[in-house]
Amino acid sequence: MRNIWTIAKREYDNYFNSTLAYVVAFAVLFMLGIYFALIMYVTSQQAFMGGGGAAPESTPLNWLFVFLMIFLSPALTMRLISDEARMGTLELMLTAPIRDFELVAGKWLGSLLFVLSLALLTLVYPLILNNYVTPGIDWMVVLSSYIGLVLVCSALLALGTGISAIFSNQFVAFFATLGLFFFLWFMVSLPAGYLQEGGNVLNYLSISTHFSQSMNTGTIGLGDIVYYLSLTALGLFAGTSAVEIRRWR
Amino acid sequence: MIKVSGLTKDYGARRALDKLSFDAQQGEIVGFLGPNGAGKTTTMRILTGYMPPTDGTAIVAGYDVVEESIEVRKRVGYLPETVPLYTDMAVFDYLKFMGELRHIPNVDDRVDEVLEMVGLLERADGYIGNLSKGMRQRVGLAQALLHRPEVLILDEPTIGLDPGQVVEVRELIREIGKERTVLLSTHILNEAQNICDRVLIINKGKIITEDTTENLQARLIGGERVMLRVRGESDELAATLKQIKGVQSVEIQEEGAVEFSFASGKDMRPEVAKQVIKAGYDLLELRPVGMSLEEIFLELTGADNKK
Repeated sequence: MRNIWTIAKREYDNYFNSTLAYVVAFAVLFMLGIYFALIMYVTSQQAFMGGGGAAPESTPLNWLFVFLMIFLSPALTMRLISDEARMGTLELMLTAPIRDFELVAGKWLGSLLFVLSLALLTLVYPLILNNYVTPGIDWMVVLSSYIGLVLVCSALLALGTGISAIFSNQFVAFFATLGLFFFLWFMVSLPAGYLQEGGNVLNYLSISTHFSQSMNTGTIGLGDIVYYLSLTALGLFAGTSAVEIRRWR
Repeated sequence: MIKVSGLTKDYGARRALDKLSFDAQQGEIVGFLGPNGAGKTTTMRILTGYMPPTDGTAIVAGYDVVEESIEVRKRVGYLPETVPLYTDMAVFDYLKFMGELRHIPNVDDRVDEVLEMVGLLERADGYIGNLSKGMRQRVGLAQALLHRPEVLILDEPTIGLDPGQVVEVRELIREIGKERTVLLSTHILNEAQNICDRVLIINKGKIITEDTTENLQARLIGGERVMLRVRGESDELAATLKQIKGVQSVEIQEEGAVEFSFASGKDMRPEVAKQVIKAGYDLLELRPVGMSLEEIFLELTGADNKK
C-alpha cells in the first residue's frame, strides 16, 4: 500500500509538470464553466418571462464532466507506463522492490487523484446553485452524482492504465484507449433497441447507462457499483499482466 | 553472495545465455568482460530480478531471484547500462522517490549523503534532463548506492565519463567493494584489470575463463615478455636475438623495436643486453611487458588477432 502511494504521489506531482495535463484541466473547466453559465442564463430568462421551469440542477455538469473524460482521460493515462517502457525507466521500477501490481495501481491512483482534484473544483457549481434555488438543491442527488463520477473515472483511468502497459508508444496507447471508450460509451448498447431480448445485457455493459440513467439521477444500484469496480479491477489486472509479460520478452 | 548455476536464457530461438555458472563472494569485485551481445546485460537483468531465466538458478544475497524476487531486489543496487532516469525530475526529488520506494528511514539525509559520495551535491536541485552524460551516470550510481545494498550490480559503470570522473568512480567502486559484493560489466579491459579482483570472460552466453587478473596473464603467457628498443634495423636485431639461447618468439614491433619472451624464472635480460651491445647497437629501452587483457581476451574469444 505504501509503495502504491509513493508511486501515485510522484505521478500526481508529475501531472503539474506536464503541459498536457494543464490542457486537459483547462478543457474540462472551460467547458463546464460555459455550460454552467448557459444553465444559469437560460433559467434566469425563463424566470424573467414568467415561465415556471424546473429548478436548475448541477447533475448535467457532472454528466458533461464524465462525457469529456471519455475523450480526455486517454490523454492522461496514455504515457503512464508506455513512456516508462520507451524511456527505459521501467527497468528501474521492475528492479525496485515493488510488486508489478503496486506499480500499475500506483500509476492509476495518481491519475485518479488528478481527476478528483478537477472534480473537487467543480463543487463550486452546486454550491453557487444552492444560493439561487429555494429551498436549496437536493444534496443527496449531488452526492450520488459525485460517487458515480468517481466510479466512472476510476474505471476509465484503470482501463487506460492497463492499455498503457500493453504498448510502448503513447500515441498507440491513446488511440487504443479512446477506441475502447467509444465502444463502451456509444456502441455497446446500440443494438439493444433492435433486439427482441438480451438488450438488457448490452445495456448493462455500457459505461454510460449506469451513470446517466441511475447514479446521476440519485439512485445508486448495487449493479452500477459492481460494474464500475469490475472494470477498474479488469484494467488493473490487464496492466499487471502486461507488465509481467514484458519481463518475459 | 552471488551464486549462479546453469543459467540459461532464450530470446525466442536465440540463446543469449548458455548454462552460465559462477559465484562471487562478499568483499569481492568481479568483472564481467565480453564483447557486445555476449550476455552480460542479460545476466545482470536476471540477477536483479528484472527478468526470469529460461532455466537454471541464481541466488543473490541468499535469496532465489525467481522465487523471492522482491527480497533480492531489496538487497541489490543496480545501475542499468542505459542509465534510465526520470529526466523531468530534480536530482534530489528523484533519489528521494527511489529511496521512498525502498523504505529508507531519514531518506532526505541519506540522499544528501550519497549525493556527496558521487560529488553531485551542488546539482541536487537541478533537473536530471539538464545534466551531462557523466553526471547522469553518477545520479544512476547514487541511486544504486542509496539503500546500502549488499550486492551492487553495475552495467558499464564508467561509460561516458571523462577521464577524471572515471578515476573517481573506480575509486568509489573499489571502496564499496571492500565490504560488499560488486559485479560490474565492462568491455574496457584496462578497467577490469584495474578494479576487479577476479574477471569472468564471457562470450556468446558462455563463460570462457574465470580467474584473477594476475593469474590470467601468467597462465596465458607461460613466461615473461620483454620489449627491446635500439637504434638500428629491426630485421637484423631480430636475427641477432634469435641466436641467443633461451630467447623465444621474437616479434618485430616497429622500426628498431622487438618483443621477445623467455621462460619464467630465467631472466634473459642481462644476457640480451650484453649481446645487443656487443653487436654494436645503441640500447635505448629494455622493459618487461605484461600481456594485456585485451590480448588475452582476443585469444580466448578466438577473434582475429589485431596484429
